[in-house]
Amino acid sequence: MRKMKVRSLLKISLLSAAFTLFSASHTFADSRILATGGASTIEGAAGGGIVPWAVLAGYGSGDEWGTAAFSTQLRIEDYSLDTVGAAVSYNNRIELSYARQNFDLGTLGDALGMPGHRFRQDVFGMKYRLAGDLIFNRMPQITLGLQHKKHLDFAVPTAVGALRDSDNEIYLSAAKLWLAGLFDRNVFLNVTGRYSRANQAGLLGFGGDLNDDKELLLEASTGLFLTRKLALGVEYREHAENLGFSAQDDWHDVFVGYFVNKHLSLVGAFADLGTVATLPDQKGWYMSFAFAY
Amino acid sequence: MKKVCVISGKLAFIKVGLSKIGLGNMELNNKALGRLIRTLALPVFLQVAPHQAVAATLYEDLGGDEGVAGVVDQFLWNLADDERVNEYFVETNLDRFRSKLIEYICQVAQGPCAYTGDDMARTHANMNVTESAFNVTVESLILAMETRNIPTGVQNRLLKALAVSYSDVVEE
Repeated sequence: MRKMKVRSLLKISLLSAAFTLFSASHTFADSRILATGGASTIEGAAGGGIVPWAVLAGYGSGDEWGTAAFSTQLRIEDYSLDTVGAAVSYNNRIELSYARQNFDLGTLGDALGMPGHRFRQDVFGMKYRLAGDLIFNRMPQITLGLQHKKHLDFAVPTAVGALRDSDNEIYLSAAKLWLAGLFDRNVFLNVTGRYSRANQAGLLGFGGDLNDDKELLLEASTGLFLTRKLALGVEYREHAENLGFSAQDDWHDVFVGYFVNKHLSLVGAFADLGTVATLPDQKGWYMSFAFAY
Repeated sequence: MKKVCVISGKLAFIKVGLSKIGLGNMELNNKALGRLIRTLALPVFLQVAPHQAVAATLYEDLGGDEGVAGVVDQFLWNLADDERVNEYFVETNLDRFRSKLIEYICQVAQGPCAYTGDDMARTHANMNVTESAFNVTVESLILAMETRNIPTGVQNRLLKALAVSYSDVVEE
């Protein structure tokens, strides 16, 4: 466990170093307002913890670049999921992201006689802001996103009925922040529609014995900024039922986001993933650290 | 119906109370008693109501003249120090800018002022205010309000009141 943490910290520092080098040759700046870069999702795109938002990573606008490198840890009843990744955005218009997910099978791994077994998945993402502005336009910020996911340890998912080890997902997000929206506090809402046939967001592959067609799935996050640095919120993410061997529930979480400054944000959450690969009541803690530039 | 019973019950109770203090011989019908209660209650209402029912204006919450001027002064220092935006103000008459801005914020915040400057579209015409510059300026204002200890809710209300002119300011 400790070894893994050290490894992910090492990856993060390497990523940060890479971005520092990158920044030396590009105009990086942070003109956007604090927290408008969101946090980092477990899939790399800027967003909450589990829902990609219409906002773009980092704080660049105009001709500026924005970046974020992050690490997330999810510890639920019988499993754990660790992610590291990074995102860059340009002109508050386009975002490219990458995330490597490590899903530790925990109890299920023991039951399968594969203790310590984990699934790895790569997620390559792209976002394009189509219209609007998060705060200052009447029109909400609307962003089109694409994710290409590649499962790297597909033996077990195949055995339980998953049909594909990689897939593309398209999503459309709309986000809006209302200044002094509630109790004089700023209120945030993001709604995302994703066209997907992923099983547990792809951690159990794509498509299955019950269904192999993509469906439009709803995801949403809403939050209240108690101060300009501290937000409380909830998230929801719908999932399709493609696999006969286990039910798949929708995901929920309640989060606290703390934007220390434009370079560091921390998110803590209590997440409820319902039934995951036959094991019910998968609840637990989520932590995310993101470095932005 | 129940409410009426409760009220007449209360009136009966008050009648008993009044009789104890020597007003029992007065023929008090319910109407007269109601008048008496209103007369007694009115001063209490007057003391409480103006503070609770009438919300303070944003201008008052910002600290009035002094508060607004304090925020504007800090805001101008922040802008002057910020190389990303200070070039926009090299030819600006800062005294005039300061007094017009104080007036503008005062008016936007429902204070007792009338803004006498040009409207936002005209003021920012030919300035080529980019989205970045706009964001930086908004943040300078937020930080000025933080420095001046303006509470979060009051900050948000002022930003909301100012945000409506976004489309007049930023070059699309």
